[in-house]
Amino acid sequence: MGNAPSAEATSPSSVVVRFAGDSGDGMQLAGIQFTFESALEGYDVATFPDFPAEIRAPRGTLYGVSGFQVRFGQAPILTTGDQIDVLVAMNPAALKRNLHLLKKDGILIVDEDTFNNKRNLQLAGYDQSPLDTLEKQGYRVIRLPITRFVRETLKDSGLPVRTIDRARNIFVLGFLLWLFERNLQEAEKLLQQRFKQSAILQANLQVLRRGYALGETLEKGIPQLRIAVQPGHLPPGKYRTLTGISALALGLLLAQERAQRPLFYASYPITPASDLLHELAQYRRPDVYIIQTEDEISAICACIGAAYGGALAVTATSGPGFSLMAEALGLAVMLELPLVVIDLQRAGPSTGMPTRSEQADLLQALFGRHGEAPLVVLAPATPAENFHIIFQACQIALEHTVPVVVLSDLALAFGAQAWRIPENLNTYPTIRPPLWTNDNDAPYQPYLRTEDGARYLAFPGQPNTIHVLGGLEKKAPEGTVSYDPENHERMIQARRQKVLAVQKRLEPATIETGPEDAPFLLVGWGSTCGVLSSVTRSLNQSGIPVAHVHLRALNPLPPGFSELIQRAQQVIVVEGNTGQLAGWLRMLRLPVHHEIHWTRATVIPERWLHQQIACLLQNPDESPS
Amino acid sequence: MTTSPPTATPTSQPPAKRTLRDYQSDQEPRWCPGCGDYSILKQVQTVLAEENVPPEQVVFISGIGCSSRFPYYMRTYGIHGIHGRAPAIAFGLSVVRPDLSIWIITGDGDGLAIGGNHLFHILRRNPNVQILLFNNEIYGLTKGQYSPTSPLGKVTKSSPWGSPDEPVNPIAFALGSHASFVARTLDRHPTHLKETLRAAMHHRGAAFVEIYQNCNIFNDGAFELYTDKKTQPVHALFLKEGEPMTFGPNNQYVLHWTGTTNQQQEEPFIVFRQDDTPDTLTPFTTRNRHLAWALAWRLHPVSVPVYRRDGTPTEESITLPRPFGIFFQEERPTYQEHLAHQLEKAREHIQPIAQLIQGELTWTVS
Repeated sequence: MGNAPSAEATSPSSVVVRFAGDSGDGMQLAGIQFTFESALEGYDVATFPDFPAEIRAPRGTLYGVSGFQVRFGQAPILTTGDQIDVLVAMNPAALKRNLHLLKKDGILIVDEDTFNNKRNLQLAGYDQSPLDTLEKQGYRVIRLPITRFVRETLKDSGLPVRTIDRARNIFVLGFLLWLFERNLQEAEKLLQQRFKQSAILQANLQVLRRGYALGETLEKGIPQLRIAVQPGHLPPGKYRTLTGISALALGLLLAQERAQRPLFYASYPITPASDLLHELAQYRRPDVYIIQTEDEISAICACIGAAYGGALAVTATSGPGFSLMAEALGLAVMLELPLVVIDLQRAGPSTGMPTRSEQADLLQALFGRHGEAPLVVLAPATPAENFHIIFQACQIALEHTVPVVVLSDLALAFGAQAWRIPENLNTYPTIRPPLWTNDNDAPYQPYLRTEDGARYLAFPGQPNTIHVLGGLEKKAPEGTVSYDPENHERMIQARRQKVLAVQKRLEPATIETGPEDAPFLLVGWGSTCGVLSSVTRSLNQSGIPVAHVHLRALNPLPPGFSELIQRAQQVIVVEGNTGQLAGWLRMLRLPVHHEIHWTRATVIPERWLHQQIACLLQNPDESPS
Repeated sequence: MTTSPPTATPTSQPPAKRTLRDYQSDQEPRWCPGCGDYSILKQVQTVLAEENVPPEQVVFISGIGCSSRFPYYMRTYGIHGIHGRAPAIAFGLSVVRPDLSIWIITGDGDGLAIGGNHLFHILRRNPNVQILLFNNEIYGLTKGQYSPTSPLGKVTKSSPWGSPDEPVNPIAFALGSHASFVARTLDRHPTHLKETLRAAMHHRGAAFVEIYQNCNIFNDGAFELYTDKKTQPVHALFLKEGEPMTFGPNNQYVLHWTGTTNQQQEEPFIVFRQDDTPDTLTPFTTRNRHLAWALAWRLHPVSVPVYRRDGTPTEESITLPRPFGIFFQEERPTYQEHLAHQLEKAREHIQPIAQLIQGELTWTVS
């Protein structure tokens, strides 16, 4: 593995702000509000939260620090950034945890009161306040007595001190709005929507204004920050911010409506897939069943039962749960029932690092079953793209009677971006499973196939389609148990061909970034898309003729991909594992010249990747991996 | 609850009365000749015919094992699933299709070893299904290893020195899992089997039926005491709602429950002669969880004295019998009814999909 990430010059057309504090300091809320403010100004945005692994870590500790990073600026914002321009540290622990990410001349905003507290300094591992030293080192330190100001502002509110202190995040928000010359009115409107209880709302509004006003009255004048935004880069339309989790949930609800089938979603709590269960559980509505089961095995088995009954059956999990589902996934392959399994990948093996993102379940998705058990594997590339991909997964599962695995990941689940709301949902087509119709009085046969190789479906309740499915090999087309060797061979081919037939409905592979005729091709999949595109741009700026292709489908591969990759002189596969996609492409006899692996379970640092690729293309014999 | 009980109803005009043949598939059963499964298959088909349930409304779901071949022999819908997971598959189907009559076929290995977890959870959730656990106290399909219900010390291929496992008591397991219907019956008592299945089918909720099933290859005669004409009257107690718990060759004994369940010091049951019983003798009822528990858990096959009505022992002694029939039954909302109730509560909050997709906070780029 190469060197650790080093300093990178952020494009001056965007700014990275990170809010960091105790879990209870409301950093997520402040971050989300600030993001929306930024979007209203016309900036493109991308965000990523950084939750502590512990549920209720003691206050002030290093492991209790919660963060929220937002990057805003000129479109397109492809990543949330390697380095921070503005760090808000609500206590010494938050500073300690995030200082290494702050640029050398970056702005550091601290609650000075927490740095005058010996206990807080000790918890963070500081002997004394580091602020003076940091100032000498070139950081632009802005010391605000946030705790005191907030308490003073609300001293007549009648609220308990505990409640008063919880408004510190809104004070910081107010200050940042001033710093970036934002409009206070929109922030006030947002608070009015969020806080229904008037005493709390009034307190927050007061604190917000106080934070904003402070900027103007500071003794040492601080220059406001302006960043260059060129209008017109985001396509016109109505926008919202969308997390990957919301994108998945909304995509599923839309697929339910378009398929006119009940949505059955069963899941067992696991980080990070639990958040999708929470999101969907809010939507108790006709024909939508959101169920928590006793484990992942029962979640997927319940899905198989529901699919047999005619439902759009979906489950979501993460690495360990995905392993538990392996046997039942094989059953779904055998029964040829529609099924969607979402794997929100996290760092493994085993429990690994449950709150960190990784791309290492690809081979399990492709092959992690006994026997010849092919299925469709799709992978979204951005948080918002989860919406489109999950809809497509439901469509393919139902129309091709095949299990589909959606390989998303933790970064794509919790990340958020500005998303143009589809003007017309009718562009998402009606989903039409191959239902058996008894027009010609032919007897129903469960393994009779459509042109695409899908199985005709019939559901219990109809007198003339009675049939039993099962894990034993079945004679085609009548569906009786069969140990005939030739039949087994035919069935293996039929199940394989059915998956391959999905290729023709996938979007063709295209160049994501870079020149169409570039001799060098970067190939990636999943959540590395933004980083790869961004690095491709910077390589192009350095005169290196490289282009980026990103796979949204891993099995089958999208049409045109093999032509694209065979045309390139040098193919470089970049992924967050030790070469799983590269191995899969080689197995398909596609050219892979170089592999770059990132296995730190963090976002690939752009500068590092830039160097790796530049070095590799200049000295092709010395692969850095 | 606002919904009507989801029971199977004829989809069209009632046709001529159905017969057993209407539920037989064209597949020849491949169980060993003499296997108890044949009897169960026949009685299941008979009950469905007698109750005139449309075959298309019926789904049989099984796991893995000899008994789990069952769906292939039924001319109904069905899934032959994977080992131990039939309850999970059936649960999913029951949620989206409360209109169906769903039957789970499992065994002592499938249901209590690999699938014990799912069996426990489906019982407490109480969806409207029937669960038939074929108990032969042995693994048949894998050719003769000890199962979770094999007695301690059982010598099998995998336990040549005797099984070191304390066996599980399926009835106690079901009661402990908060099952709303718990029964035990036998393959070799067709009438009792049929009537128990009928009661299970009419129960609203998850009905658990343990069926003693003879494996004549690997565990022949395991339940002979309760099926042999000579020993059955002495060793089997057939529970009947509202009637005293009588047994014996001439029904001359009656089991009296003292009301005790858990105190180890006191015996919960006393045996009287039928013609010399106290006035306080309580009839059996399926509605008493404590009695069911005592019958399942505290009625060991040990020899006890027979008492007179005045509480003095006679010189006669008798081995305590094993109960058969419905141990316990209660009415409580099914899983589907809970969901339907939630939907009623949620109805006013339902937003169109387009509105959900748009979300609350939007901005426009022109």
